[in-house]
Amino acid sequence: MRKVCVVSGGITKFAKANLLTQEAMVKDAVDYALTDLDGRLDYKDIQSTICTYFSDHFNSQLLFDSLTQDYLAMCPRPSMRIEGGGATGGLGIRAGYMDVASGLSDLCLVYGFEKMSEVSTAKGNEFIALASDTDFDYPVGGFYSGYYATMAMRHMHEFGTTAEQFALIAVKNYDNAFHNRWAQKHERWTLEGVLKAPMIATPLTRPMVCVMSDGAACLILCTEEWAKKLRPKGDYAVITGVGCGTDTMRLGDRPHGDVIPLPGEDPAKYSYLKGRWPGLHCFRAAREAARQAYQMAGIRDPLHEIDFAEVHDAYASSELQTYEDLGFCLYGEGGRWVERGGPYLGGELPVNPSGGLIACGHPVGATGIMQGVFTLWQLQEAIARHCSDPAQGIDGSRIQVPGARRGLCHSHAGTGTYITVNIFERPQ
Amino acid sequence: MTHVYGFRPLQVGRHYEIDYVHSYGEVSDFFLGLKDHKLMATRCERCGATWLPPRRDCGRCGGKTVWFEAPQEGRVHTFSVLHFAAEAFLADLPFVLAYVELPGIDTVFLTRIKGCKPEEVYIGMPVRARFRRLVDWTPNDVWFEPV
Repeated sequence: MRKVCVVSGGITKFAKANLLTQEAMVKDAVDYALTDLDGRLDYKDIQSTICTYFSDHFNSQLLFDSLTQDYLAMCPRPSMRIEGGGATGGLGIRAGYMDVASGLSDLCLVYGFEKMSEVSTAKGNEFIALASDTDFDYPVGGFYSGYYATMAMRHMHEFGTTAEQFALIAVKNYDNAFHNRWAQKHERWTLEGVLKAPMIATPLTRPMVCVMSDGAACLILCTEEWAKKLRPKGDYAVITGVGCGTDTMRLGDRPHGDVIPLPGEDPAKYSYLKGRWPGLHCFRAAREAARQAYQMAGIRDPLHEIDFAEVHDAYASSELQTYEDLGFCLYGEGGRWVERGGPYLGGELPVNPSGGLIACGHPVGATGIMQGVFTLWQLQEAIARHCSDPAQGIDGSRIQVPGARRGLCHSHAGTGTYITVNIFERPQ
Repeated sequence: MTHVYGFRPLQVGRHYEIDYVHSYGEVSDFFLGLKDHKLMATRCERCGATWLPPRRDCGRCGGKTVWFEAPQEGRVHTFSVLHFAAEAFLADLPFVLAYVELPGIDTVFLTRIKGCKPEEVYIGMPVRARFRRLVDWTPNDVWFEPV
């Protein structure tokens, strides 16, 4: 396989605003990415595209990928739509990686979008819940926050995790997003404020849950040869690990067994779980995706060998669960790792320096790509340039992870049915 | 008449509605069983895995399964009290969504807990299945209540 590089990215300001068409939002994101290359890349040099969006219900247009391909003036070049629920964007990066690594394309534009503002929040939740089993799960629960709340409750039961620990994650992500001009939510929350906010589904209050959004994002993937031409100073990223895991459609069908060890791990390390894994409290697909990506990237000690992570925090609780799946701490230690400051800026491994989905918004098909864009900008040490807005008093440098050399982005669908882990690094 | 929500950008109402003739196919006996106040599950003839909801083909080894009647008493594996929901379920709020463990069943079963106050539900609570007299042919034809 050929080396695959990431040279530029673009996003639109996420908002539940219903102002532009989807194709125009995508064009704005692509223009941003091209502008950032100072004219070194021309439209005609893009050899292929990957289009990602989640729901035909939200977007009320079938074959939207053709509409955007057309709008971007990319016809007749090859393109493909990728869809995988909340992991749509992460899977899109994987598809773009495959396109370039295989030699099918030297320069691939991966773009994604979602517009969720054409329906009410309750109706939007109904559409999203159609991504659960519509024979057995949707008619009973019909609400993803409800499914995730049951996982959070079981995690609390198994390991003694507390609602306060989930709330700390929400506070952290809002605090980070305060320095990110792209974030949908610029809000300050206290621990007490999060806990006392209106309950959505016990133990998750409103600020622990991400919001619906309109937005687009893109990344430009290419060969090393192109990367050196487009970024002569070497300020690009290399994708050194890709992983993808899956799990049962119905959460209740997940088995109990032994933990999948990460590369170099002794399975005996997890004997204390007594075969109670993954059940409803852990994400087997995340563990499997991490195992593949770490194997490929040569990561044996994720906590010390990864400098930051952009994690799919649709819920504060699922961010905590994911720390454990990704091996940032042991299973059951997620809550204590938050309390010790592990995932904070300046901590052992900052998680969601951008503010994550909770504060940045979650326009589903754009989300995983947005995480990739923030990951690239961190590695370029370009967060201050891209994320500041002096007019609003936003200083992006506050969320730059100094000297970051290796970042992880994690994209997550359903109740953990599709999960991708992609590792970006500075070139050697 | 088209409803206009705004002019720049021009935002207009669009309606979309459809009725499906949906088939429960090979798991129809589960829903037919609810009518007879039975929880019909399947067991893999090859590896012995048990499934509720049922699967015709084993989700662990791909083997063929056979039907059997699952017990109707078990315990709450986990739950949440919902205070917000999808549009279709707003009228039901608040309600308790739970996964129930049943003896001899390898999966946990998604259901609602009724017959007590939401704050009385706890993990490990003994519960038993209750069935609708007038079936609606959905999994809501069964729910669980404290024993």
